[in-house]
Amino acid sequence: MFEYNFHWRPVLKSLPDLLQAGLLTLEVAVLSMVIGITIGLCLALMRMKLEGPLKWFAVSWIEVARNTPVLFQLFFFGFGLGAAGVNLPPYVIIVAGLSFNCAGYLAENFRGGFQAVPDTQINAARCLGMNGWQTYTRIIIPQVFRIVYHPITNQMVWAVLMSSLGMMIGFRELSGETQFFASRTFRIFEYFAVTAVVYYVIVKLILGSSRLLSARLFRY
Amino acid sequence: MIEIRDLHKHFGDLHVLKGIDLDVKKGEVLSVIGSSGSGKSTLLYCINSLEKIQQGSVKIDGIDVHAKNTDVNKLRQKLGMVFQQWNSFPHLTAMENVALAPRIVKGKSKEEALYIAETQLKHVGLGDKLKNYPSALSGGQQQRLAIARALAMEPEYMLFDEATSALDPEKVGEVLDTMRLLAEEGMTMICVTHEMGFARDVSDRVAYFHQGVMEEIGPPEQIFYSPISEHTKKFLANVR
Repeated sequence: MFEYNFHWRPVLKSLPDLLQAGLLTLEVAVLSMVIGITIGLCLALMRMKLEGPLKWFAVSWIEVARNTPVLFQLFFFGFGLGAAGVNLPPYVIIVAGLSFNCAGYLAENFRGGFQAVPDTQINAARCLGMNGWQTYTRIIIPQVFRIVYHPITNQMVWAVLMSSLGMMIGFRELSGETQFFASRTFRIFEYFAVTAVVYYVIVKLILGSSRLLSARLFRY
Repeated sequence: MIEIRDLHKHFGDLHVLKGIDLDVKKGEVLSVIGSSGSGKSTLLYCINSLEKIQQGSVKIDGIDVHAKNTDVNKLRQKLGMVFQQWNSFPHLTAMENVALAPRIVKGKSKEEALYIAETQLKHVGLGDKLKNYPSALSGGQQQRLAIARALAMEPEYMLFDEATSALDPEKVGEVLDTMRLLAEEGMTMICVTHEMGFARDVSDRVAYFHQGVMEEIGPPEQIFYSPISEHTKKFLANVR
């Protein structure tokens, strides 16, 4: 009944293209994370330290980013803005969508991190004559960074996997590229099986280097 | 010299300090005793401006701590403070803990700051722990680290906020010895403490706080052996 014959040759032939697309996936994820970390840190501080419109802006961002599907967020930057006459290239849509999403999640990680550092650390630093900036950059943020390090790693992995939604907006990152070849050759299973392995390897590389880096960074 | 005049502090409806007048001269060691909630720790927080005050004034060498145009960060360099929860910086080694403030606040060179750190750590008996992180130190060692860290800023006054209350009993001695050493070296100190032995033996004067009021102040002999206030008598009868 199931007389499916596997054909791996077309997949192997397009493997260089797939790997190339894998690099693009990684690039998009890293870029989104860099932007997401920066914005997420700002959102967390806005939510914790401010009152009024800016605080509610941050809270709304976090709420929407965390509680709606990433795909819808991408569609907003793609079709939503498109309907309003702002047509962004797919690369920008995916980076904007993922950054938006990551910033929301990371903001909450940062908030938790800040709350985990006791206030008494601030007093101790201020008593030594450090100003607010020095206290934050030298005492608080390094401790927060350690607390959020592993959640950030998780988010990085998540960003790689989420970027596969690029396929839905016609962006040829790893999944988009796979879809492209798969639909041309009808070797859908073979293509996505190989691509799954490529994702797996990318994620393993991220986790491995994260572990190596943490051993170097955190000696205490 | 620290001059405190008619100092009032409220936390919301709670009137924590009710008009404190107190002078501490250079070289003096003052111990502040009293039950929990009597306002003694708050007094220290008001002296170095970690807490705002509602009335009165605190002057350090003539500079009004709570005046709007006072550079608090600069003023705090004169005031070392040691907390009940020692608050060592967990992400820095003992050396780095001590060297950081001289480096970034006072602008000393890295070599100079490290030299100061090493000197001060040896001073408090932690010469063999320079490269250790706080997590590898005992409570008593961390508290001595906190003292070294404060001393590295070359303060003129040291404020101790129940420096030994959170320590295991067998670690109290080493911290008190370090405080004694400072007193002998002529450091001006205000020690909020529950260690009656220390207050009696080391202080020049002892102040007893009761419900936000400085009930009685005088030489240790007076406070411990012939207190005037009934509250002081009762407190001392209970702690003995």
